[in-house]
Amino acid sequence: MTEGYRGVWVFVEQKKGEFLPVGLQLLGKGREIADRLGEKLSALVLGRDVKDKAKALIGYGADEVLVVDQPKLEDYQTDLYAHVVTELVQKERPSVFLLGATYNGRDLAPTVAGRLETGLSSDCTRLEIDEEGRLVQVVPAFRGMASILCPDRRPQMATIRPGVFRLPAPDESRTGTVREVQVDLETVENRAELVELYLQEPEGKPLEEAETVVAGGAGIGDLEGWKLIEDLAQVLGAAVGATRPPLDEGWAREDQMIGQSGKTVRPDLYIGIGISGETQHVVGIEDAKVVVAINNDPGAPIFKVADYGIVADYRKVVPVLIERFKKLKNTG
Amino acid sequence: MQILVLVKAVPDPERANEITLDPETGTVKREGIPLVINPLDRNAVEEALRLKEEKGGTVAALSMGPPAAEGPLREALALGVDRAVLLSDRAMAGADTLATARVLAAGARYLGDFDLILCGAESFDGGTAQVGPELAQFLGLPHASYVTSAREKGGLLEVEAKVEDGRKKLQVRLPALLTVSRELNRPRGLSFSGIVRARGKKVEVLSLADLGMDPSRAGVAGSPTIIGDISTPTTTRSGEIIKGDPEEVVDVLVKKLTEAGVV
Ligand SMILES: Cc1cc2nc3c(=O)[nH]c(=O)nc-3n(C[C@H](O)[C@H](O)[C@H](O)COP(=O)(O)OP(=O)(O)OC[C@H]3O[C@@H](n4cnc5c(N)ncnc54)[C@H](O)[C@@H]3O)c2cc1C
Repeated sequence: MTEGYRGVWVFVEQKKGEFLPVGLQLLGKGREIADRLGEKLSALVLGRDVKDKAKALIGYGADEVLVVDQPKLEDYQTDLYAHVVTELVQKERPSVFLLGATYNGRDLAPTVAGRLETGLSSDCTRLEIDEEGRLVQVVPAFRGMASILCPDRRPQMATIRPGVFRLPAPDESRTGTVREVQVDLETVENRAELVELYLQEPEGKPLEEAETVVAGGAGIGDLEGWKLIEDLAQVLGAAVGATRPPLDEGWAREDQMIGQSGKTVRPDLYIGIGISGETQHVVGIEDAKVVVAINNDPGAPIFKVADYGIVADYRKVVPVLIERFKKLKNTG
Repeated sequence: MQILVLVKAVPDPERANEITLDPETGTVKREGIPLVINPLDRNAVEEALRLKEEKGGTVAALSMGPPAAEGPLREALALGVDRAVLLSDRAMAGADTLATARVLAAGARYLGDFDLILCGAESFDGGTAQVGPELAQFLGLPHASYVTSAREKGGLLEVEAKVEDGRKKLQVRLPALLTVSRELNRPRGLSFSGIVRARGKKVEVLSLADLGMDPSRAGVAGSPTIIGDISTPTTTRSGEIIKGDPEEVVDVLVKKLTEAGVV
């Protein structure tokens, strides 16, 4: 079931004709994988009036851009997109197929994998090629990392969250081809039809671009405690991040979660407070320059991935920190 | 409306931090932690019950899991579902999302025709968000993921679902499958009368043979993905613990951070 499958594909999602950064990040990773395999890297673009923009993807590493340009494909709709992608995969037979783990990507990927009955792993934090040329899809597992393989089916599919891989610097001198493909959508039923999109401009500087991040976890305990986290962030000019429990408790917003199923941050300084340091969270802070942890349990695993640790009840330490930084700000 | 709701048994999230790793064998130990209905599946059950209350019909709950997954299904009965079915068989163990979806599809077909299938968008312990859409493919149904509101209107579902930085509104043809977000509703709690009512009901247990399914299509054998090695991450950070009373530790920390040029 793996014979005749060659090449690495990256689905590059677009919104209003603009390519999402995660697609470009995956082209960078896809380039490495394709080189390792000695195979071609293709970017797959679906949309309306996207043909002319498609060329730009070559600069990000694609050898070839496959474009399906039709009015009906302007916005993501499951049935139409899944039909096009499934048909192209069956025809062109890529061996590896990577998609960004956006809401749309996390809808499209299992739909296509289900139709092809192939393997799919979600929210991978690392991708490698083993000696047999297979895609090793690494995801956090309990207190460790697990490697997922798809030995007998193709393509080997994986989704990756935005920000996990870095944006490659575009190289204008790279050459490649843009190939427009026709797919007949006349007879495809659009059973879940998009009626309207309501989009909001995100507020403030995104967490993933912040130079300082103050993150809180379950150990914060209540909304009042969460205020302390926000106060500390404010005096530091930092963005507020969170683990999963504060989301579940309603202290933090979904877009503040750091980790495998959230954001990857790369600040100069990360301060984690009341956070145990579970792998699913820690994968999102690996590239922070300096990591500080405040936790009242000396055995908390976060201390193993921190530069500086303070073993204490955060309620005693954080107010002192806030005062100190306030003073520094006023004198400095 | 004939509604099917999928229920996954997961270790109680409230006690998730009691799960430990056996350093000798590398296996996850979760003994003693009770299984409960996956949090987002609670939202799915709630929506199913609300739709039934509004439109009439029946609600069946379906799960694939070990025998202990009967507990969460009993909970679903106590919440008010009419029928609870557990697909359980040694040959179903170790399934990835695709094999899980394939078995659930066989279970759904076995139970009859449904107008609507509901499940949580993702599970608390797996978090892939793949089983719902994959199941919809096996059943040939349209679906919508991460649904935040749903209303039936003239044989169509008007659905709102999450996208980055906003929402989308969809019109979905029935029969359909929806994977739901927590914003959809506030799940009801268990009532005493519900618990009493559920005592008279049984969780039906079905094997692969009951489903007429070939074991090669289920469990590990039917899973395209396998788990290779598990490794512990290595760290290059120093892990220096700063000791003292709050004033002292803050003094030292601020000095270090200033030296590092990060504040
Ligand atoms: C598939 C999957 C994906 C996931 N994705 C993510 C993700 O992207 N991001 C994420 O964060 N999690 C994710 N999780 C959840 C993750 O496994 C952990 O459950 C979570 O990170 C734990 O959060 P926590 O450290 O805040 O809570 P806990 O593990 O409960 O830790 C709380 C800590 O607070 C400390 N504490 C308590 N009181 C105080 C006090 N007064 N002062 C100081 N310290 C105190 C305790 O000692 C403890 O160490 C995911 C899980 C799964 C299964």
